[in-house]
Amino acid sequence: MSSPHRGQRVAVVALAFALAAPIAAAHADPLVHYDVVDKAIPQSLTGVPGDPANGRKLVIDRARGNCLACHEMPIPEQDFQGTIGPDLKGVADRLTEGQLRLRVVDAKAITPDSVMPAFYRTDGLYRVADKLAGKPIFSAQEVEDVVAYLETLK
Amino acid sequence: MKYVIAGAMVAAGLLAHGAVRAADAQTGGDGLGKYIVGDKRSGYVFAEPDTRAMQDDDFQNPGMVWVEAGKQLWSTPDGAAGKSCQTCHGDAATSMKGVATHYPKFNPRVGKVIDLEQRIDMCRAKALQAKPYPWESHELLAMTTFIKNQSRGMPMNVAVDGPAAPFFEKGKESFYRRRGQLDLSCASCHETLEGRHLRADVLSQGQTNGFPTYRLGWQTLGSLQKRIKGCDKQMRADPHAFGSDEYVNLELYLAWRGNGLPVETPAVRK
Repeated sequence: MSSPHRGQRVAVVALAFALAAPIAAAHADPLVHYDVVDKAIPQSLTGVPGDPANGRKLVIDRARGNCLACHEMPIPEQDFQGTIGPDLKGVADRLTEGQLRLRVVDAKAITPDSVMPAFYRTDGLYRVADKLAGKPIFSAQEVEDVVAYLETLK
Repeated sequence: MKYVIAGAMVAAGLLAHGAVRAADAQTGGDGLGKYIVGDKRSGYVFAEPDTRAMQDDDFQNPGMVWVEAGKQLWSTPDGAAGKSCQTCHGDAATSMKGVATHYPKFNPRVGKVIDLEQRIDMCRAKALQAKPYPWESHELLAMTTFIKNQSRGMPMNVAVDGPAAPFFEKGKESFYRRRGQLDLSCASCHETLEGRHLRADVLSQGQTNGFPTYRLGWQTLGSLQKRIKGCDKQMRADPHAFGSDEYVNLELYLAWRGNGLPVETPAVRK
């Protein structure tokens, strides 16, 4: 978070929201507006390229993305990968960047019965723990980071 | 020719082996049969062999400590009336046999469904004139585990018709209600994904016939409501309070899902 690159990003997001507190901006409501086109979000949520290395950290982190809970991914140092969702090896060959982005943002927009959490949504949720209320799982930039990581899975 | 015969024998052996395996699954030759009733599978089926062995041996099963503690409490007078449970109920091996298979159960005195823990505290308040045991206290866990243990091996058999029906419906609604930041219901994990890996865990059906259960992860024995609270927290949801109607009604629905499965209390799980 303290790298100049990250600081620049936060500043951009903060400007986009016209908010004074850059730390809060990462999880602030309202969410960045996005357009769904043909079951995809073609445009970046932030305009700032995603960082695949940070994306890889987020998909592993059990307190954040925890994607490995359900999905197998080509991350050999992580044992006990989940078998609930599809194996994500080669997912970038099967889906476009925009399709990946919508799946991370809100997979239920494609498959309403999916068990996959929406990682960038705050409405329509029930009894969210107080400290997380109104906050999406990922910030807009973190969505971009995870999408950038998934794009490397070819 | 010799090879053909040998090959045929191997093939026959493999077929026979397969047949035995299939038969085992049906009849319990592998020791699992009594834990599978129709399409209902106890958590025992999903447990590691070492964990099953720990449950099966009363001298190894750490939950038996609570059974023994409950047995002591059963005959120890407590409260202003100077009575113990035994004063009214006599030998628990007789009087409590089968009782826990019917809980949670509609109680006309309070006009709603209550669970075994609440029934114990109701007895303490009315008959013993004693203070209720707090939720998740050693005493309440011990007494609940002791009483349910008197039904070990008997099929769960809760009623969900008559006056219990509206409470059952609420419990069912709760089972299917998505919750928390992760937006998952009980059904999301425990209805169609059994046997799948959630990281290092294997998803079970979420059956409740073994509660109170000794969980190796807790390093202690805990109630079903403690487990449900744990699930709620994993969903990043705001849990309900111990003893809340929401949890008791959900307990009723969960028990009904497992009607027919044998009481295993105290079960041992990961």
